[in-house]
Amino acid sequence: MSAAQSEVQLASSVPVQLLGVDGALVGHPVFSRYVADLSDEVLLGLYRHMVVERRFDVEATSLQRQGELALWVPASGQEAAQVGTIAALESTDRVFPTYREHAMALYRGISAEQLMATFRAAKHTGWDPGKFNFNWYSIVLASQALHAAGWAMGIKQDVSTGALGEGRTADEVVLACLGDGATSQGDVHESMVFASSYQLPVLYFIQNNHWAISVPLKTQSRAPLAHRAAGYGFEGIRVDGNDVLASYAVAKHMAAQIRAGSGPKLVEAVTYRMGAHTTADDPTKYRTDEEVESWKRRDPVARYRKWLEAEGILDQQFVDQVDAEAAQLAADLRTAVHEMEPVDLERVFDTVYAEPHRQVQVEKAWLKDYEAGFAEDQGVEF
Amino acid sequence: MTKEQPTATLAADAAEVVALPLAKAINRAMRDELAADEKTLLIGEDIGALGGVFRVTDGLQAQFGTDRVIDSPLAESGIIGTCIGLAMRGYRPVAEIQFDGFVFPAFNQITTQLAKIHNRTDGAVRVPVTIRIPYGGHIGSIEHHSESPEALFAHTAGLRIITPSSAQDAYWMIRQAIVCPDPVIVLEPKRRYWLKGEVDLGNPAPDAFTAQVLRQGTDVTLAAYGPLVPVALAAAQVAADQGRSVEVIDVRSISPLDDETIAVSAAKTSRLVVAHEAPTFGGFGAEIAARVTERAYHRLVAPVLRVGGFHMPYPPSAQEGRYLPDIDRMLEAVERSFAYQSAGGHR
Repeated sequence: MSAAQSEVQLASSVPVQLLGVDGALVGHPVFSRYVADLSDEVLLGLYRHMVVERRFDVEATSLQRQGELALWVPASGQEAAQVGTIAALESTDRVFPTYREHAMALYRGISAEQLMATFRAAKHTGWDPGKFNFNWYSIVLASQALHAAGWAMGIKQDVSTGALGEGRTADEVVLACLGDGATSQGDVHESMVFASSYQLPVLYFIQNNHWAISVPLKTQSRAPLAHRAAGYGFEGIRVDGNDVLASYAVAKHMAAQIRAGSGPKLVEAVTYRMGAHTTADDPTKYRTDEEVESWKRRDPVARYRKWLEAEGILDQQFVDQVDAEAAQLAADLRTAVHEMEPVDLERVFDTVYAEPHRQVQVEKAWLKDYEAGFAEDQGVEF
Repeated sequence: MTKEQPTATLAADAAEVVALPLAKAINRAMRDELAADEKTLLIGEDIGALGGVFRVTDGLQAQFGTDRVIDSPLAESGIIGTCIGLAMRGYRPVAEIQFDGFVFPAFNQITTQLAKIHNRTDGAVRVPVTIRIPYGGHIGSIEHHSESPEALFAHTAGLRIITPSSAQDAYWMIRQAIVCPDPVIVLEPKRRYWLKGEVDLGNPAPDAFTAQVLRQGTDVTLAAYGPLVPVALAAAQVAADQGRSVEVIDVRSISPLDDETIAVSAAKTSRLVVAHEAPTFGGFGAEIAARVTERAYHRLVAPVLRVGGFHMPYPPSAQEGRYLPDIDRMLEAVERSFAYQSAGGHR
């Protein structure tokens, strides 16, 4: 074996867990220390973000049912994986999300209105990725895995040339989000090849929610997805994605190693999508009630709340406060959706290119003239 | 092969006119852009120590280092996808796709991502990625090494597509592509890589996104681009010997298309023939024909005629001599254009 190659041990197929399904702490020799000293404020923050996201999800689903959204992509059930992971990162760490990272987006400060622009089909993207270090929702599966690798190449390049941009840091981590279905895409393979070859600071974060629309995990992979990392020469690990403490600890641990120069890492969060893939499908057609019930018993929010209450960290006052905040966000969301102005087609013309393009200019002018013709017809009786 | 010695400074080159093969002109353009802006990077398969399979990047890694002239894994989607991430972070990546027929693994990243990002983000994110693709046939190669995919990209809004036909254009169009804030695909006519021409380093070629009249004429306009421009010029010379005055236009830019220049010429000569190597069916010549017909309908005495490849996969190159448009095929179309008038044209 040459020096340039490395042999990586396969990850345990048993997910890392710090909080049992019963809400009791489970000790772990590596990961417990990452949550041992978390302040009550941080611990309550995790709870708050999960609860708010869940309420947000319910509201968005009902808005779609009422015809206010073109589509909604529920994330209910995946709150712990998302909140735990994003909370473990720095605000300078760039996130390359799928289209289901609502808890992460809200955590980063993207507003309900900005997030909903995509799903009301009012704009393709409602936020400036640069302002939140949070990329657009990637709809062509896995395309973002390569953008993440490229961004990470830029970090290395910035560091090697001493040309870090304003607000950038030398030890940034890039979070490349994926679902279990997307791992079958070739771009994931190519991304992992690039990340490994150039030893890029990428954390691959796969939320394995067991279903790619109607197709089960076993059609995507017969081995734990975390095992794939070993084939590229880097470490992969499975975490209980319904355990917010474990999700936080594992992400913190992996990110710390990446910051220290380890090269890429992979986290497979084993979780479950409680709702439909999107509001356009009917999950009762492809999965059993028994399966859904078994995951309800592993609910990430209920489990964490039980532990917080047992520890005396969470009281009714805070619960009420968070519920009120969540209700307010839901109300704001509804208002924002109703008042949302779609992008003008003129603006769409103007942003196809950064610099003027003859055909776009001609067509924009033609449309203006054409529509002006209708305006002149107003008042004419037919 | 010995490596070319790097030139000491850019300033020393100013106002210099050098005779270079087209490939060397592209090499020089990239060298000058790498020297001018440290955010410019090259990435591609075998572009480092080897200098690319056509040696277009020869000597650049030696001069600028492995961080700025990057040998990529053998993965075209990976090359373009990572270029997007680099561009988002402020870099100006120049990707080399080894051959036309190998761009398709990257087609998704180019068409669903690169082309759409500026629009998708309401103008917040620019992706100034340049994609260099050697294209076209006539090099006697095996399958997938001789294709002309311009129409497949032209149909995607958000991309700019240019194709130089001379060393001077190659030098300046590459430089304009690299500094352009939009994604630019540069289709390089690989059979002309060794075509020598003068490059005026102090005197920019015309805007890369315009067509240029290369030869004045009065009887018929012949529009071509990339590898067929020298063929069109030769055909015009033969036609002149036979008493036909052919105006030759180098289209240069596929997107945007400078239909104005072509339509003005066609209106003047009243006939237009468009030539490209790609198949005519659904080809870019059809777009030129439609636009010029709309603009110059009453001045035309014959339909716009197309000369191009056939509706077949690029044939085994043992047969490419019969497949590719040549001087005779262009002249045949010119004569056909005149035949319309003698059959009762109205002008």
